[in-house]
Amino acid sequence: MRYFFDELKEGLSIAFAAIRANKMRSVLTTLGIVIGIVSVTLMGTAIEGLNRAFNKSIAAIGADVLYIQKWPWGGGGNWWEIRNRRDLSIQHARSIERNAETVRSVSPTNGTARNVQFGRKLIENAIVVGTDEDFLETSNVNVVLGRFMTALETNGGRPVCVIGSEISENLFPSESPLGKVIKVGGYPYRVLGVLDRQGSFLGMASLDNRVYVPISRFYKEFKSMHGGGLSIMVKAENLADLEETKEEVRGIMRKARKLSPKQEDDFAINQQEIFVNFFNQIGSVIAAVGLFITGLSLFVGGIGIMNIMFVSVTERTKEIGIRKAIGAPRRSILLQFLMEAATLCLMGGMIGIIIAFPLSLIIDQVLPTAMPVIIVVVALLVSILVGVISGFLPAYRASRMDPVDALRYE
Amino acid sequence: MAIIKFVNITKMYQMGAEEVHALQGLNVEINKNEYVAIMGPSGSGKSTLMNIIGCLDTPTSGLYELNGTNVSDMNDNQLAKIRNKEIGFVFQTFNLLARSNVLHNVELPLIYGGVGSSERKKLAKEAIDRVGLGDRSLHKPNELSGGQRQRVAIARALVTRPSILLADEPTGNLDSKTGDEIMGLFDILHQEGNTIILVTHEADIAAHAHRIVHIRDGKVETDEKVTNRRVIRQTSAISA
Repeated sequence: MRYFFDELKEGLSIAFAAIRANKMRSVLTTLGIVIGIVSVTLMGTAIEGLNRAFNKSIAAIGADVLYIQKWPWGGGGNWWEIRNRRDLSIQHARSIERNAETVRSVSPTNGTARNVQFGRKLIENAIVVGTDEDFLETSNVNVVLGRFMTALETNGGRPVCVIGSEISENLFPSESPLGKVIKVGGYPYRVLGVLDRQGSFLGMASLDNRVYVPISRFYKEFKSMHGGGLSIMVKAENLADLEETKEEVRGIMRKARKLSPKQEDDFAINQQEIFVNFFNQIGSVIAAVGLFITGLSLFVGGIGIMNIMFVSVTERTKEIGIRKAIGAPRRSILLQFLMEAATLCLMGGMIGIIIAFPLSLIIDQVLPTAMPVIIVVVALLVSILVGVISGFLPAYRASRMDPVDALRYE
Repeated sequence: MAIIKFVNITKMYQMGAEEVHALQGLNVEINKNEYVAIMGPSGSGKSTLMNIIGCLDTPTSGLYELNGTNVSDMNDNQLAKIRNKEIGFVFQTFNLLARSNVLHNVELPLIYGGVGSSERKKLAKEAIDRVGLGDRSLHKPNELSGGQRQRVAIARALVTRPSILLADEPTGNLDSKTGDEIMGLFDILHQEGNTIILVTHEADIAAHAHRIVHIRDGKVETDEKVTNRRVIRQTSAISA
């Protein structure tokens, strides 16, 4: 064992001496590995960012919430059949609310884009959401200022609204929005409260650029009952019994829509899981393609290392002869050159990470992320591996050299 | 006691379409603490013989016993071990590692021999002192004169306490004065009990040995004792 360590130490010192003796050459060869490691780690960081953004967004959907809709998430099914389905209605939501036992709360929601105005300040195409008093619970958001709509207000279709934090900041930069009357699509609404900041969904649509109004008034002023797009949010009593809740809701829905036992469901029960599966599928394809393409540059870097190691072995034929003459076994020569290649690559890997880290901070500006520690560790291990693989052939050739020929080499 | 025993050794090379019979049934025995010079014109098989004695190469047929062990059929790694333990090489071109200092050059056989660090340092320092370079152990070979480099090579050859010292034209790259000093060092090493085999084509140099074996056409031509040995005064050997 101690012998092995002595040999490792010898191999390392030879490696460093060789690299120092050919600084320019070492730098140039290592460049391939540096570029490879930079691109692979950055790709890994970007993928991490994508995952983080997704996980953050997905929390807004809620793991214990079912979305009864016309369209199933993640695609599939017969497009024409789905298109021709009867629309969902608020009555369906009421049926679930009345009959389901494993459901905590139900809220129908529908949305459209309208301009929102207060005084001279205008927000174009904000999302107006019609819903009821249970929305707070089904969507798991909090009110930071004022209060949410009450059952009385939603049932009565009062001209009141609750606004998202972004709307609040833009329309009321220096005053309290409570009690103020804003114009939503031209109609006056009194502001009851402001919701907590939720961020954006998948980095695209902001969840804070919204106005929530009673759904009955929504249908009166913004969209006809037959306009479609209604989504019934059903929050299960218990996440663990989500499947049970799903079956119960399906039964109620089938009954409410008067489906005979032979007919298939003419509605979709969507849940976070579908979204997660769908994303994971796409995400893993993106990750595989991205890492493959960036991995190619690492591969090219490895070929560069192999090339230069062949040169190094040929140049040092005499040295190999001397070492063999004084008793170096094949294993020692093999180890020596493997370590030289691995050291070159490891240095390339470390330089690569040093370069990639500040670049990852730039990515962070666009897509909130951080270079995962595991990526750093894997990148270093991979660069050693690249060194060992690309150094093997040259090292093997060196180890098999005939000492007599090697000594004679000038 | 025979430290080297050659029985009917042959060596054949394939050079293109031609077969070269470098050694053709060579018999020789060398005893412990002998000082033998091997001489011969170029093409005589001298180098081939040296390579086989030094276990750098194996014979095509015949028996080679080194220190009682049959080494004629050994594989590469076994030969490497034998070279490490039993043989100390001194080459015409010194063959030091240019990037390593004197100490590390001398240590190297011990590293491959699996000797621990502190023991290794101690033995290497002893060997360097032995050849009179104690104050140069941290110098690189290119900071030394030719004679000093050859001394480093001798220290490296001695450090494992091998059965034989095998010197191939050790003065070939040195001026005559330094050459004499190196030969003086060999004389001393011989007096201290080392077995020395000297391969040379210079009669002057061969005259330091006790016995001269002449090789011609792959066979022993003559094998004779030296009557009037040339001895360098010992004082000059160390002072250089």
